[in-house]
Amino acid sequence: MKRRHIVRRSVAAAFVLTLAIGVTAGSGGAKGPQSTPASGGTLVFGASNDPRILDPALASDGESLRVSEQIYETLVTTAEGSTEVIPQLATEWSATEDGLAWTFELQQGVTFHDGEPFNAEAVCFNFDRWHNFSGPLQLNSGAYYWRVIFGGFAENDPESDAPETSLYESCDAVDDDTVILHLTAPSAAFLSGLVLAPFSIASPAALIEFDADSASLDPDGNPVPQGTFGTEHPVGTGPFKFDSWIRNDRLTLVRNDEYWGEPALLDEVIFRPIPDNAARLQALQTGEIDGYDLVDPLDVATIAGDSELQLIERPSFNVGYVAFTQTFAPLDNLDVRRAVAHALNRQAVIDNVYGDSGEVPLEFMPPSVQGWTDDVTIYEYDPDAARALLEGSGLELPIAIDFWYPSAVSRPYMPDPQRIAEAFASDLEQVGFDVNLQSAPWTPDYLDVTLSGGAAIHLLGQTGDFGDPETFVGTFFRTDSPQWGFDNPELRQALEDALRITDLDERTAAYEEINRTIMDFLPGVPFAHSTSKLAFRANIQGFVASPVSTEQFKTVSIGE
Amino acid sequence: MLRYAARRLILAIPVLLGVSFLVFAWTRALPGGPAQALLGERATPEAVAAVERSYGLDRPLFVQYGKYLERVLTGDLGLSVSTQRPVLDELRERFPATVELSLAAMLFAVGLGIPLGVIAAKHARRSLDHVSLVGSLVGISMPVFFLALILKWAFAVKLGWLPSIGRLDVRTDLHRRTNLFIVDSVISGNGTALWDAIRHLVLPAIALGTIPLAIITRITRSAVLDVMQEDHVRTARAKGIAPRLIDRRHVLRNALLPVVTVIGLQTGLLLSGAILTETVFAWGGLGTWVYDAVGARDYAVLQGGILFVVLVFVVVNLLVDLGYSIIDPRIRVG
Repeated sequence: MKRRHIVRRSVAAAFVLTLAIGVTAGSGGAKGPQSTPASGGTLVFGASNDPRILDPALASDGESLRVSEQIYETLVTTAEGSTEVIPQLATEWSATEDGLAWTFELQQGVTFHDGEPFNAEAVCFNFDRWHNFSGPLQLNSGAYYWRVIFGGFAENDPESDAPETSLYESCDAVDDDTVILHLTAPSAAFLSGLVLAPFSIASPAALIEFDADSASLDPDGNPVPQGTFGTEHPVGTGPFKFDSWIRNDRLTLVRNDEYWGEPALLDEVIFRPIPDNAARLQALQTGEIDGYDLVDPLDVATIAGDSELQLIERPSFNVGYVAFTQTFAPLDNLDVRRAVAHALNRQAVIDNVYGDSGEVPLEFMPPSVQGWTDDVTIYEYDPDAARALLEGSGLELPIAIDFWYPSAVSRPYMPDPQRIAEAFASDLEQVGFDVNLQSAPWTPDYLDVTLSGGAAIHLLGQTGDFGDPETFVGTFFRTDSPQWGFDNPELRQALEDALRITDLDERTAAYEEINRTIMDFLPGVPFAHSTSKLAFRANIQGFVASPVSTEQFKTVSIGE
Repeated sequence: MLRYAARRLILAIPVLLGVSFLVFAWTRALPGGPAQALLGERATPEAVAAVERSYGLDRPLFVQYGKYLERVLTGDLGLSVSTQRPVLDELRERFPATVELSLAAMLFAVGLGIPLGVIAAKHARRSLDHVSLVGSLVGISMPVFFLALILKWAFAVKLGWLPSIGRLDVRTDLHRRTNLFIVDSVISGNGTALWDAIRHLVLPAIALGTIPLAIITRITRSAVLDVMQEDHVRTARAKGIAPRLIDRRHVLRNALLPVVTVIGLQTGLLLSGAILTETVFAWGGLGTWVYDAVGARDYAVLQGGILFVVLVFVVVNLLVDLGYSIIDPRIRVG
């Protein structure tokens, strides 16, 4: 009897230990014995498509950025498996008290693939290049991420619809190894933005020689770079060099033997476009490819059950939420909002709609972002408490309310809006609401009605652009928007202040406090963080998934 | 015959014009529109209007269409939004891929279908015929993607005999001139690439050729049966001509007429791209290209691709009609 008890306890301990290892490893890492990784070999990665362009400053699609991550490097990057900012081409950095000037000390002895030196001038050349993008390159289909992080350009093209002001002012090359970036306003979020591949430092000589900046507009209004920089001559400082690209067939990178850091283990990485999910899985099973991203949730069981394959989970970087537009009474009543939070059986929705690719959030941002805390008010599923709150509010039951969802669309954080909405509507009806389900096509109708404040309760969400709380809570609540229909000056001010704090610890504390405030005020109920998975052959080691997809293949190796 | 061909080609012009206008109008009617696609889904209506003005998207449809026609006639099919490459360049890569796959599939279907049909006719209403009937029914009713997945699962995943995706192994080098890989590897004397290209063709060709195979088998069977009962065959038999000679000269040749019609129609269909087969085998042909363009609101590809597919249809149909007169000299075209 006693013995069985001990066995059970040790099993439980082993389970907890496994979980802990899973968590500390960022759910990444390859399985199998961690023997010394064998050097060399070719990794074939199944991409969902060809990249659009290998000039990351003009790219915003995942496949372009994935390849760019290997060829280029940024001043700062993220620690493996998290959004913590760590050095890459910059060894250290500091900001002035007012947050307007950022000094970066640069890594020495780095050369671009074309043999040109990497130095402060090269850094300034790139920043000035982005800031001076003109004409079609300013469009969202061009320098999308510059617009997200820095806003406008030196001279905005009237047709670009770019933000009026720019965060960027100028760049000073103090000496070869020191750069100062001057900003027009304090923003701590910009550092997290700089980890993204679009802020890669490219070889100025190659940018000029291969005419990266002249673009024309095609008759349908899309920017088309005229040079060959982004198609045939991408030159960065990264662990892999561009070798060749046969469209719709293969894109080959080879190891950069002159790499300044620890060189890549693989000889070659080949990206092979396979748009169909089932085809990618079978190609992985036959060994025609060694890995692929965005595994179909339906295939997870197949892969998990195959000893020759492995799954790697990418930490969530999104949030789906139920929003309240408080201009619709009685949603301005906190008790009513809390009643909704207790009424929604979010775990059931996760289990039924997301499978094992989702979790119930505690707040409006995923755990991988700094400032996330579990010390917030948690709203357990409790229909009785919900009903009690409604009855205590003195309102006449049932309360009639519109509940909106987008029709015929699937978003990463909301794979099946209709099923989610129907489940939530039935939860709400059980505690005393009379729900009127409404739907509209995602764009433009649904976004119009929800963002302009025309939908009382509605489903929406956000996938983060960069590893900073600003991309979640800042985007939602820093300015008062008709979507939420409330004015909370303290919350707005707190977010405005936090944006300017350049000290990391202070900043983290500020956002933790903000998250507590938000979850007490309850402007909406976050219901899902969805995760995605990558699949690899079992002999592939050393791949670590990043929530913001800044993944380098230099640590990857092919085992026995 | 030449005059006939020329007249048919001239008649194709209004067809192409009509189709191009329909496609043009239809893409303009899709929700969102190019300006919206350009600015993103949260663009303000003012910005959308500004962009539409500057690209002439606010002008009457006929004016826009005229501009488009002008460009097409100079060989400019525009640029693909999703890949930022000229549509014509993509067409040069994708059409050969489709041609190679279609021809391989038709080779499989015709090479197997005609003998099977003849055998079934010779054994009409006996067990071999019934087997062939059931086989054809299964072939016609089996969804292509399902068959493809099963073929891949069996021959690529489980047995490991054949590759499951693409046209060449990523480690096979080939100098690409025509983008017909079989042709390219023969031209460059590259035996490795030739073998690799053939291995990659087998499964998709079988998957794609199964429906035409079933149809050709059935048509051949009934055509042969019909001809076998005709007077001239009975006369030939009465004259004591060797049965094999009768089959070849008197039966098969006459029976081939409807079969050729079917082969022509099927080839035209296959050449317009096989979305499912291409998708499952990551083949990169016309079908997936045009299909993906719908989702990506890639107007240039949609317009150029569909226009080209229609042209292919017209040409294949013409070839079939010309083919009649070769098989049956009694048919005079013109």
